[in-house]
Amino acid sequence: MGYFLFFLLAALCIGSVLGMIISKNQAYNALFLIVAFASLGGLFGLLEAPFIAVVQIIIYAGAIMVLFIFVIMMINIRTGIPPEKKKWTLYLSLGLGVVLIIELVVAIKAAFTLPVSTETLEAGPVSLGRLLFTKYLYPFEITSILIIAALVGAIVLVKKKEKV
Amino acid sequence: MTDIFWLIPFVPALSTFILAVFGKKLPKKYVSFQACFAVFGSFFIAAISFMGLLQTSHESYPLVKNIFSWINAGSFNVNLSLQFDPLSAVMALVVSGVGFIIHVYSVGYMADDEGYTRYFTYLNLFTFAMLILVMASNVVLMFVGWEGVGLCSYLLIGFWFEKHSAANAGKKAFIVNRIGDAGFLLGIMFIFIHIGSGEFTAINEAIGGGAVTQGLATLIAILLFVGATGKSAQIPLYVWLPDAMEGPTPVSALIHAATMVTAGVYMVARMNLLYSLSGTAAQIVAIVGAVTAVYAATMALTQNDIKRVLAYSTISQIGYMFIGCGVGAYGAGMFHLYTHAFFKSLLFLAAGSVMHALSGEVDMKKMGGLRKYIPLTYSTFLIGAIAIAGVPFLSGFFSKDAILTSAYANGYYFVWALGILGAVMTAFYMFRLIFLTFHGQERLAPEVKAHIHESPPVMTIPLALLAFFSVVAGYVGLPVVAGENLNFFGNFLEPVLRGGHEAHISHNLEWILIGISIGVAFLGIIIAWVFYIKSPRIPEKLRTRFPRIYKLLYNKYYMDEIYNAAFVNPTVRGSEIIYDNFDLKIIDGAVNGTAKVTGSSGKILSYFQSGLIKDYALIFLIGVIIFLGYLIIF
Amino acid sequence: MIPANYFMILSVILFVLGAVAFFIKRDLITMFMAVEVMLNAANLAFIALTRSANSLDGQVIVFFIITVAAAEAAVGLAIILLIFRQKKTIKTEDIKLMKG
Repeated sequence: MGYFLFFLLAALCIGSVLGMIISKNQAYNALFLIVAFASLGGLFGLLEAPFIAVVQIIIYAGAIMVLFIFVIMMINIRTGIPPEKKKWTLYLSLGLGVVLIIELVVAIKAAFTLPVSTETLEAGPVSLGRLLFTKYLYPFEITSILIIAALVGAIVLVKKKEKV
Repeated sequence: MTDIFWLIPFVPALSTFILAVFGKKLPKKYVSFQACFAVFGSFFIAAISFMGLLQTSHESYPLVKNIFSWINAGSFNVNLSLQFDPLSAVMALVVSGVGFIIHVYSVGYMADDEGYTRYFTYLNLFTFAMLILVMASNVVLMFVGWEGVGLCSYLLIGFWFEKHSAANAGKKAFIVNRIGDAGFLLGIMFIFIHIGSGEFTAINEAIGGGAVTQGLATLIAILLFVGATGKSAQIPLYVWLPDAMEGPTPVSALIHAATMVTAGVYMVARMNLLYSLSGTAAQIVAIVGAVTAVYAATMALTQNDIKRVLAYSTISQIGYMFIGCGVGAYGAGMFHLYTHAFFKSLLFLAAGSVMHALSGEVDMKKMGGLRKYIPLTYSTFLIGAIAIAGVPFLSGFFSKDAILTSAYANGYYFVWALGILGAVMTAFYMFRLIFLTFHGQERLAPEVKAHIHESPPVMTIPLALLAFFSVVAGYVGLPVVAGENLNFFGNFLEPVLRGGHEAHISHNLEWILIGISIGVAFLGIIIAWVFYIKSPRIPEKLRTRFPRIYKLLYNKYYMDEIYNAAFVNPTVRGSEIIYDNFDLKIIDGAVNGTAKVTGSSGKILSYFQSGLIKDYALIFLIGVIIFLGYLIIF
Repeated sequence: MIPANYFMILSVILFVLGAVAFFIKRDLITMFMAVEVMLNAANLAFIALTRSANSLDGQVIVFFIITVAAAEAAVGLAIILLIFRQKKTIKTEDIKLMKG
């Protein structure tokens, strides 16, 4: 049962990313990406991280992609983008991609021998919160400052200059 | 009393330093005072040390003081150490004493010159270098002093450097000297290779102990002598000395008459054991000295520039000193050095006084009859001329006679004959100078005549002092016929000059030789009198009858032109060719080429900076891949 | 329980797909989306491994990654908006200010 879910979600994820690559319309790209994130959320759930799964869907699929779609709407490109004139960049990228896959697989081969533990994690909000506020207190606080900075920065950047 | 001898060079050194650093801010009067006082201080210490030396026994010669250890490179060791023995004492006294007198004279002579402080700085520097030269206890330190005086010679000859002729003369002096120095350096190297140390005591021990073969001694002696021909202006490297007259007259007196040019003679005397061991080298020294003496005297016969006559006379007289050293009478050579310092500097300073009186005129054709206008200068000049001519009872007579007698006694008859010939010419040209300048018809330009004046006392007192010494200085070295052991000078120097040999001749023979010397001196004076006072037409008649000989002599045997064509011009031309082909093309080409390569490679590399993020990211990715690969493989 | 290596290989594939997409695409927005894909691949790897290690630390880290990615996306999109206002294009070839 778990394996079936896994392969289903994995296929969904890879398929939507591929679709994002192939499609030339930005809106379609964004939608594909939403599907990919949702399936990732499902995968997180499979990995006994329910809280993170929900966070992923709410924030990534819900907030970030909505942001993307807003920007796409604002930019409002009518004409499509013509394909790349130089074909060799395409082949180079694909080639590099293949090399990278091989390298990374070799790099993670240590993971193939990891033991499979049978205990279940207590990964609810309570236990995560406990960790967050004790061991990871500093990163927590600093991240909050980061968010404020990003917020203010984004607003300041986009503000139109007032005509004096 | 003798312990302080090592201070002798450092008093002028201190003065030089002060003048060099603070000179511009010091008032003129103070500069004169300090410069003269420094040299006097040297003389005072030298005199005290000398008196102490008289009381020290011979076995402790020389007294050495090691100031500090300069070079320590394995077996090659050179120390800054000074020594004091009779030879150094004589030289130090002459340098500081005559130097002091000339410093005082310069106060008057250079009074109106803009470069007054610079002049005294250089003059003190020269005194320091010369004292180092004569008091060095090893040959390398002596060479340091040797080069130092060469440098000061260059600086002082070209003192009025805005004048082209002066600047060129300075260059010529330095370069010709350098050629001699090459030989000198080779000599030093051979000394170190075969004897292992440059200290004079060590060299003398090695020679005395038989460690030096005759061939080696000859080689070293000749190489060192090459340096001496440069410094002391003998054949073939004398050509710089006449041109050196471009410098101020006191400089000519001090450097090119009394002290620097005698450094070569001092060097030969210091290395007397070496020269005596190698008989050949000593013979060469004597012959070169004799030939130069006559050769230079012939050129002095026709010169019209008063200072040029004295310059050729100096070359000639130094030739005599080398005759003395070459035949084995090192004491006689040094004796002539000592008396020559007095009367030659007197002659130069007096000539300077004449020039001063005539607002700078040097051409004797434009002088004449000056003895009524500048009597003091005239009388001192006359005393100097009489001394150099070898008139008896003055100093020049004693020293020149000592040399010629030794030459004859040691069997160098040809050298003796040349010496006699030179003596005739010496008397002739000196009195020619006196008669043309001070006697006879007045040929002065009117504006010059209007301003004739005797020199101030600051100039005439030194002249009088030098005249006094020119008369009496000879009495410390009386010849054997006057009485045994009256030769104080020779006896004093004897422990140092052990390489010399005294040949004994009968008293009668010695009286005959003395008679001949006196005779030729008077012969020269009489001929000059006939030519220039009695029948002044004779020189002109000779000139028209023997035009080519006259031209040859007047143009200094065309030696300057020959040297120019044979050595100078090819060198200049060769340098130009090398400059065009090697320096411009190859070296500049390499440097410019490097710049060009850098530029083009930069241009190529700039293609990578296209400004597109994707390209940068691509390179990034490639880097990551490579790095990962490296991590995986290793 | 599914062993970790399946998830790891999935993560690797996603990462490379994201990288290739970054190089192939020529408009800014899609390139940015590809960056997000890469980030998520890393998240997946974290979660998978932390489960094998039987701790919760990886999940906290992923929490932070998501947060930072959100902030980054906000600022990045603001910049893209600005570029569009200036240049009226989001084709990356036209953005060559840093040339040379």
